[in-house]
Amino acid sequence: MSPLRARAARALADAYLQEALGIATTKFLALRREAFAAFPEGEALRDRARAIKEATLQRLDHYLEQLVDNVERRGGRVHYALTADEARRIVVDIARRAGARLVVKSKSMATEEIELNEALEHAGITPVETDLGEYIIQLAREKPSHIIAPAIHKTRRQIAELFARELKRQVAADPEALTRLARGELRNTFLRADLGITGANFAVAETGTLVLVTNEGNGRMVTSLPRVHVALMGVEKVIPSMSDLVVFLAILAKSATGQKLSVYTTLIEGPRRAGELEGPEELHLVLLDNGRLRQLGGPLREALYCLRCGACLNVCPVYRSIGGHAYGYTYSGPIGILLTGMLHGPGAVRELAHASSLCGACAEACPVRIDIPRLLVELRREAVRTRAAGVGERLLFGLLARLLTRPRLYRLAAPAARLLQRPFVRDGRLRGLPLLLGEWTRTRDLPPVAPRTFHERWGELAREP
Amino acid sequence: MTPPARVALMITCLGDLFYPEVGVRIVRLLRRHGVAVDFPPEQTCCGLPLFNSGYHAEAAMVARRTIPLFRDAEAVVVPSGSCAWMVKHEYPGLVRDDPALARAAEALARRTWELSQFLVRGLGLTRFRSAVDGRVTYHDSCHLLRGLGEATTPRTILRQLEGAEFVELPGAEECCGFGGSFAVRLPEVSTAILDRKLRHIEATGAGCVVACDAGCLMQIGGGLRRRGSAVRALHLAEVLA
Repeated sequence: MSPLRARAARALADAYLQEALGIATTKFLALRREAFAAFPEGEALRDRARAIKEATLQRLDHYLEQLVDNVERRGGRVHYALTADEARRIVVDIARRAGARLVVKSKSMATEEIELNEALEHAGITPVETDLGEYIIQLAREKPSHIIAPAIHKTRRQIAELFARELKRQVAADPEALTRLARGELRNTFLRADLGITGANFAVAETGTLVLVTNEGNGRMVTSLPRVHVALMGVEKVIPSMSDLVVFLAILAKSATGQKLSVYTTLIEGPRRAGELEGPEELHLVLLDNGRLRQLGGPLREALYCLRCGACLNVCPVYRSIGGHAYGYTYSGPIGILLTGMLHGPGAVRELAHASSLCGACAEACPVRIDIPRLLVELRREAVRTRAAGVGERLLFGLLARLLTRPRLYRLAAPAARLLQRPFVRDGRLRGLPLLLGEWTRTRDLPPVAPRTFHERWGELAREP
Repeated sequence: MTPPARVALMITCLGDLFYPEVGVRIVRLLRRHGVAVDFPPEQTCCGLPLFNSGYHAEAAMVARRTIPLFRDAEAVVVPSGSCAWMVKHEYPGLVRDDPALARAAEALARRTWELSQFLVRGLGLTRFRSAVDGRVTYHDSCHLLRGLGEATTPRTILRQLEGAEFVELPGAEECCGFGGSFAVRLPEVSTAILDRKLRHIEATGAGCVVACDAGCLMQIGGGLRRRGSAVRALHLAEVLA
């Protein structure tokens, strides 16, 4: 059994995970549907958002330059990281120079992508996640299993047990009580932290504004209390103008959680200015490439439109069955497969590219209409083209192609199959087939090849009145 | 548009090998409505299994020989949403290196119909007789629903079936877990998705679940049979008398 298949099978057998996933994804899915049903402008705004993304990518260098100029003009510093390793070194350096021992973090997939926490710990700096979901999985020493709901795989009972074990505090398995406990633990940490680290949902080129879309208020604490703020952002997240931002804000929260807007939309323009009472003394923006720019001319270009809303995960029948961890990488779900291909190369997704029935629910839910199934097929095609696909598979599909392009051979296949299937016919159905077909018949019956195929019946049928 | 008087049937590989009765019923139904049916005997499969697994050169070979087979047909009727989608959406791109063939592919795409769409939109039929009794429900195949954007025509037919009662299936638009080779590459996941679908089907109390795609019928029908369910998975053509 392949590693992916084994992880998926384990996830399916995990009753807690199944319970948590079922509740959470069904809720998100319904909320998103309601939000857009009550928002008739939504469809046109999605088209508009997609067009903005495409237009921005076409002049990405221009907008990035403009962003850098404007962030620096406002007193921020901009760093550019080609790889995850460079990004880690840049952030650790900033933390060291600031003499930081304790770091508070707002939820950021980019920092997960570069495994920043491990790098900080290695440098003797303690990172503390302050988003509730991230706080939970940091305590559990796990990875996020969903782009916007990192602890979606845990039930409230499991979280109460985790808090009891790690924080030595007994607490009811009730969301409000759990949140209150975490908030109390975090309050003091916020006040003591020397450095705040965030991602960024958008950066506006014309103004140099960093935009954070959050729900818990921790984002504002992270960006205003510590002396230094570092924002790590993928290069594709730049958008041209404030009026573009309005378009994205109108659809982002609706797609993610079904909210009209998230609770907090934080716009950050430079560090604290003279006369201001709050805000950090230093602001750093780290622009992360890590395989993104290569895709401007690559098959995964459209995946650069992604807003990281997670809508495609919630509607995906595969994600809903196995959760995020089974995918094996930072980003999970349909878009996660594309992002993994982008960050880690086609070799990493040889198997993952097939973890989709290509049902198209993801493309339908995507606020910027990324044709995810089509891009998954492109990843499969890449594997075939580079002969990364298995020898057995290539042989099998080669034979199939021969059969389908030779009609006489094709018509001989039916009598041959009828002969071969004979030992497996029970009660008019096929069971217990060998090899690959056994994967089908272990849980499902298969209809036998008909006694007379349509081809074999046509002669008679053509003569019917 | 005047309804076509003569159509070609693209039976599809699964239809040919596993569900020939579906094709026979379609031929008789169309003839009863005054439509002559041709069957180009050199046809095999649309090539979608090759395409979806990334074997595009091979899928293009299939497209190149399939397109001319249907060149003279006034309309092409396909009893599977996914195969109709393949012809309509992917054939022109697959053969774009050959401009003449690409034009033929685009013409074929315009003349190709999934069965329920052809009956309702092509022929303008409004009354259908039922070959089954009792409660009937409908599963949207992904390619017909999201690929061809069609949720209406199968329901129009089922709602107007004389002698049967149509009920909506909860989560009708969710995948059944077939997905071609996905069903055997990740069989546990495919089966888990199927289980959800089957629970919904059984909850409707319907005696049969109708689909417009042979792939979904293999998956749903295979699951129902294995569980010893009394519910039957039928192609749309099988519930039309």
